[in-house]
Amino acid sequence: MDDPTYDTRLAEFETRIARGEKIEPGDWMPDAYRKQLIRMISQHANSEVVGMLPEGAWITRAPNLRRKMVLLAKVQDEAGHGQYLYHAAETLGISRDEMIDALLEGRAKYASVFNYPTLGWADVAAIGWLVDGAAIMNQTMLAHCSYGPYSRAMVRICAEEGFHKKQGQEMIIRYSQGTPAQKQMAQEAIDRWWWPALMMFGPHDSDSPNTPQLMRWGIKTRTNDELRQEFLDELVPGIQALGLSVPDPEMHYDEATGHWVGREIDWDEFWRVIKGDGPMNASRLAARRKAHEDGRWVREAAAAYAQAMG
Amino acid sequence: MDAAVRDALSARLLAMADDELVLAHRNSEWTGHAPILEEDIAFTNMALDELGHASIWYGLYGELTGEDADRLIFFRNAGQYRNAQLVELPRGDWAFSMVRQYLFDAAEYVTLNHLKASSYSPLAEAAAKIATEESYHLRHTGLWLRRLGLGTEESHGRAQAALNVLWPYARQLFVPLPNDDVLVEAGIFPAAGLLLNEWTSMTRSHLADCGLTVPEEALPRRDVDRAEHTEHLMALLAVMQSVARLDPEAEW
Repeated sequence: MDDPTYDTRLAEFETRIARGEKIEPGDWMPDAYRKQLIRMISQHANSEVVGMLPEGAWITRAPNLRRKMVLLAKVQDEAGHGQYLYHAAETLGISRDEMIDALLEGRAKYASVFNYPTLGWADVAAIGWLVDGAAIMNQTMLAHCSYGPYSRAMVRICAEEGFHKKQGQEMIIRYSQGTPAQKQMAQEAIDRWWWPALMMFGPHDSDSPNTPQLMRWGIKTRTNDELRQEFLDELVPGIQALGLSVPDPEMHYDEATGHWVGREIDWDEFWRVIKGDGPMNASRLAARRKAHEDGRWVREAAAAYAQAMG
Repeated sequence: MDAAVRDALSARLLAMADDELVLAHRNSEWTGHAPILEEDIAFTNMALDELGHASIWYGLYGELTGEDADRLIFFRNAGQYRNAQLVELPRGDWAFSMVRQYLFDAAEYVTLNHLKASSYSPLAEAAAKIATEESYHLRHTGLWLRRLGLGTEESHGRAQAALNVLWPYARQLFVPLPNDDVLVEAGIFPAAGLLLNEWTSMTRSHLADCGLTVPEEALPRRDVDRAEHTEHLMALLAVMQSVARLDPEAEW
């Protein structure tokens, strides 16, 4: 390092984190900390924006007025989370336009789970219970993270995500006790979303090169495998109690450890989808690009009007 | 309540509910596809408000007729819907959706102002509740019309093209229903002619401020009945009702 005080500053920074202090936008931070946070927060913001698509497609088809209103409110929340997270990332010196360009040009990632299709109404329910359920576990951890703006964003977002999960769970419960067609719909949705939800926690700790540094700097406070295990232990009995099953014949309760254990995730699929070759990667990006292109003249008009009005 | 009044009022309430429902459907098609993230939030919120209003009007209709909102929404065919054609047209571009929403918001605004004084107190109470949301909608879409009308050459052209199509359709919002005179006499619902006058002076003045020209010669100039629909409503309902009709006995 050229900066002779770097080591001292780094030591002070790490001491603050060890004391549980929050790092705020104007504070000194190592470049790697800033970069990791920009990567994580912008990826998170992009996920909220892309995440509007799979469920948004069902707003017009929701089967009663109440479900339609709940789903509209939920997808609106996601847009709000995206906005809130873009703001949080902007405190680190990147603009929303840069983040959106990176998304549209395929340089930035978003949650891989949204690269799977929603093929039935109950998929909306499974997304709420499994996908939002998994997201909450990750986000509850991030609510304790060392960067103030991200931590505060997570506190607020988790409160709304709790409602998202609940409405999904409530639907699966109802359909599991409903007509044969509803029960089948619920089972198919669980089958479709089970593995993508487990993949949301990321690679095994042993394959997650960023984790040790992220933990030392208080960005992550728990590992991928710990969170995934907590998810299994909550969801497997929850799903089985409804007379539904998870699509994993090896799933069993391990008496010795007190944990639910199933087969390995298909890691080839995991990496394939991350690298762009999932069932919906092209379609999701195409939808975002189209909205962006179609909206260009609108943004230009709004800017021209604002300028003319001074 | 007198049977003639009840029938006239329920016909009016169903028309109001169907307008809100179908417009909310079209607006919700923008969710996730809006030109800026702030509009994914705002326009979705407006769709949500409209569904809320639809729910209120279907509820009042149900109190008079005993019919259930979800049965009405998901199990009527296009010919049984009583929305104006204005709201069933495909969403078009952002200018089309904004101009339509503005024309509709202005109509709702002038109507609610009168309904607050309706002699039918459930209607008056609902109108008072909704009016606050509606004045927010009108501010929002009124400002978008300024941006589009006065923004760039392209936005002006698109807004004007949308207005040329939509203006004659908006007229249908003010075509009296066959038994409206009973409601006017009872002080329940204002005369359509009165609403049309208020709406016309309000929208003409704002459109002029936005640099937009009302298409005086646009067709149709006849009164279109609310039982008459375009082909678009059937396609819209085929989507909206697809899940509910998979299993008509199911509770969702």
